[in-house]
Amino acid sequence: MNDEARPPAKAPRRAAEIVPQARMSGPIPWVIAIMVALMAIAAAGGLALRNTGNAAAVELSGGITIQIIEARPAERERQAAAALAVLKQVQGITEARIVPQEELDALVEPWLGDAATGAGADEAGVPVPALIDARLSGALTPERLAKLQAVLRPAAPSARVDAQSTWLKPVFGAVVSLQWLALALIVLLSCATGAAVLLAARTALGNNRETIEIVHLLGGSDAQIAGIFQRSIGIDAASGGVAGLAAAIVVIALLGRSFAALQAGIVTGSALGWTDWAAIALIPVVVAALATVTARWTVMRALRRML
Amino acid sequence: MTHPGEGEIVQFDNVGLRYGTGREVLSDVSFTLYPGCFYFLTGASGAGKTSLLKLLYLAQRPSRGAIHMFGTDAITLPRERLPMLRRRLGVVFQDFRLVPHLSAFDNVALPLRVAGVAERDLAQPVADMLEWVGLADRMSARPATLSGGEQQRVAIARAVIGRPQMLVADEPTGNVDPEMAVKLLRLFEALNRLGTTVVVATHDAHLLRKVPDSLIIRLDKGRVSDPTGALRYPPRRPVGPA
Repeated sequence: MNDEARPPAKAPRRAAEIVPQARMSGPIPWVIAIMVALMAIAAAGGLALRNTGNAAAVELSGGITIQIIEARPAERERQAAAALAVLKQVQGITEARIVPQEELDALVEPWLGDAATGAGADEAGVPVPALIDARLSGALTPERLAKLQAVLRPAAPSARVDAQSTWLKPVFGAVVSLQWLALALIVLLSCATGAAVLLAARTALGNNRETIEIVHLLGGSDAQIAGIFQRSIGIDAASGGVAGLAAAIVVIALLGRSFAALQAGIVTGSALGWTDWAAIALIPVVVAALATVTARWTVMRALRRML
Repeated sequence: MTHPGEGEIVQFDNVGLRYGTGREVLSDVSFTLYPGCFYFLTGASGAGKTSLLKLLYLAQRPSRGAIHMFGTDAITLPRERLPMLRRRLGVVFQDFRLVPHLSAFDNVALPLRVAGVAERDLAQPVADMLEWVGLADRMSARPATLSGGEQQRVAIARAVIGRPQMLVADEPTGNVDPEMAVKLLRLFEALNRLGTTVVVATHDAHLLRKVPDSLIIRLDKGRVSDPTGALRYPPRRPVGPA
């Protein structure tokens, strides 16, 4: 049945939209879905890196390594035992142990192979320093390390004291840089989302200019007209945001499984907690709010130029 | 500068209008409109009728002069208060200006929705109004499926649904046959008898004779003349339904 043949005096049941609405048909929901997915992945990466850094910092806090750099095996073993004995007398040392030869071999084996670390290597292969793994309570300052070095020198002249955190300082630096990179990506993507919404609002205004003028002349206020556009764009942004978040969760879960399979010490502490997931879930909410505010600002600004 | 008194609905004082840097399309226009009167705005094509109507329905600000409407200075009125003034007007545009994606019902309901009337309160008045203009069976039709005359009547229904204090119609009979033109005029007269001031712009001299009590504002090259003396000697007649 066409419009012409409809029965009389039956008012439409639902109020029609003053400006035509076309949910999920324009580019905006899809642009926002992509932006939210990228933001969520970047945020997940940043949060995982933060967790990694925090876990490593806890693991390494107070940790020190004493290397006995001595080519002669017998003298190396003597100095290691003497150093351990001295360490156990030093106030503030909570834990100390000589790293067993098997662990040392396993550590250097990937680089030097069996020839350097296997039986008889001491005579024919590369001399590997003896290691003492110790933990010091309180803050690890360069002054404390220098003092410890001085205490050990009479018993073990070949000993060298290093804070474990020093080894990973460049790694921590890189982790912090990557966190900033993730934050910068989120900010850039937010700006791009705002720009896309601004363009979409302007296009929608242009496409509906005639209707807007009519509504104005019938007594419609700027706030009413802006409300129509902000609601429409807000709904589009929320729909796109939810779709983007769902896609991001799948990607994050897959990436998490891949990293977990590495079983590398540095990634074991990177798992996302529920607060991290809550922060990621907030992204589409923030994006929808940003899109709504941007749409309102754009439309109000454009309407002020009309009479 | 004079100010409108209690009984005056519109007052123009030395109003001039130019678009951009072009010549003035309206010059030194001064007149007063009174409540409950029926005015014809006449003049040849290009005389400035549509421009004058745009000033009347607040779609345009003048380049100079003063306009008072309903006791308010319409030129210095802050932008946010313009909608309240516009809601006291009903406008029939020359090209109807119906919203193409809305049905006849929704087009007529538009001023009420804009004014914040609840859906449950607008369905019956809109249906009654469409019945009054003879379109009760075309409520769901979109403008593109309506004839010129039907679109005209939807535009009129939309203009009067909010019971405006002043109805402004730009060549409302320009697109309809003579029989429909008379019918539309009768609609305007009926509205006028209910107390609404009516301003109809037309270049059709025959139409003027069909409303005997009407007053004429003639425009000639952007200037107002006063052939009936109605502008210089305003009528004294009761305001409100006859």
